[in-house]
Amino acid sequence: METFIEEFGLIWGGFLATVSLATVSGILALVWGTVLAAFRVSPIGPLRTFGTVYVEIVRNTPLTLMFFFWVFVVPSLGFVPDLGFQPAVIALSLYTSSFVCEALRSGVNSVGIGQAEAARSIGLGFGQTLTQVVLPQAWRTSIPPLISVLIALVKNTSVAAGFAYAEMVAISKRLTNLHPTDALFIFFGIGMMYLLITIPLGILAARIERRVAFAR
Amino acid sequence: MHRKLMAAATVAAAALALAACSSGDGDDVASVDPGEFAAGSTMAELAEAGTITIGTKFDQPLFGLKAPSGNPEGFDVEMGKIIAAELGIAPENITWVETVSANREQYIEDGSVDLVIATYTINDERKERISFAGPYYNAGQSLMVLSDNSDITGPDDLAGKNVCSVEGSTPAANIAENYPDASLKLFEAYTDCLEPLRNGQVDVVTTDNVILAGYVAESDGEFMVVGDQFTEEPYGIGVMKDDTDFRMWINDVLEASFEDGRWLDAWNATAGTVLPEPTAPTVDRY
Repeated sequence: METFIEEFGLIWGGFLATVSLATVSGILALVWGTVLAAFRVSPIGPLRTFGTVYVEIVRNTPLTLMFFFWVFVVPSLGFVPDLGFQPAVIALSLYTSSFVCEALRSGVNSVGIGQAEAARSIGLGFGQTLTQVVLPQAWRTSIPPLISVLIALVKNTSVAAGFAYAEMVAISKRLTNLHPTDALFIFFGIGMMYLLITIPLGILAARIERRVAFAR
Repeated sequence: MHRKLMAAATVAAAALALAACSSGDGDDVASVDPGEFAAGSTMAELAEAGTITIGTKFDQPLFGLKAPSGNPEGFDVEMGKIIAAELGIAPENITWVETVSANREQYIEDGSVDLVIATYTINDERKERISFAGPYYNAGQSLMVLSDNSDITGPDDLAGKNVCSVEGSTPAANIAENYPDASLKLFEAYTDCLEPLRNGQVDVVTTDNVILAGYVAESDGEFMVVGDQFTEEPYGIGVMKDDTDFRMWINDVLEASFEDGRWLDAWNATAGTVLPEPTAPTVDRY
């Protein structure tokens, strides 16, 4: 317990590192995931194919492999990112975006086909139909699965511990080695810190869900 | 061989025992009369048997690495041969057993090995289970850089540099505490640091010089170890706890080998190809 208080500066640093990694990759994943979802429902064949192939490959391979690729493989191909934050953001965003895409696509599919047909009949193009009519409705249905994806993202940031990014799990490893007798407290303390991020996310999700709820 | 002659001519024992002290590479071993040692001592038993079982690492380049021939090679192995030679045991009569960090004490305690020379750091916790002769070498934390790097020559040059090590390790904690201006990049294994070092994502890899030397040996000239080591890890020879006679005798052998150059020859032929020449340590006769 004492260790946890004495070393709180270090733990707080790890907490902020986890939060900033989750926030930045979360935003990027939401943006890129939305683009991917648009690809997958677009009328243009090659884009649909790209979206499908991307999602099937990225979603079905381990996140650790994605990290490995950006930390150890890519530098030998000539692109050398700084170790730590950069490759972690890239790996997490690319990985999470495939799940965001699928969550959004399920939302899009839940919007009645009549909506799109009505939009087309009043002369809206594909882009307008998607952004003005379908996506705003799709978002609402997609909120619960999207929050699940973001919660998973917060926990997935721990993979970065093994790839030169000093987030909470890396810090807990360091502290456990320095203070072996306090391992249990450190372990539970770090667990609590994760709950501190993920539980409010869940509550936020419930709020938004209630606010945007609509009758079909 | 010589031993057969020896059985007939015990009178020459004293003269030949002296000759044993100068056996340079350990390949031609002079005979030793078991009676020279105190009756019932470990030395007498081993010399009588003419064989010895030594535990060493099989996976540590330059210290104890199993060669294609099946026998391990390295500095620890050479030290084992020096000690065996003093007992009149030729290298081919040494049985090498692989010991890893987790089973060294146990192998000594249950008699699976007569002694352990396996990059074995002397510390008080281990002294409660076994006894240590030596040290015969002081290892320590050091730095490894690319061979064409000239701006890092020691730990004082680390400010602002990316330094790679393992999360939770003692070397990493040491850097964080004593060289806070260095930017630590911490992975799960030291081998993870090698690619980033090649790619220039980190400038330095730091841990014990013995581990670094292994990477240098396998890197084909790509890496080098720079600067003096800045911590001390004394490597000892583990023997059965409280076998004080054997321990003190090994200490005598070590001191003799420091004196007459056998120790340095063994070093230069193995780890000395990569690491700088060490000064002979002072054995600790606790």
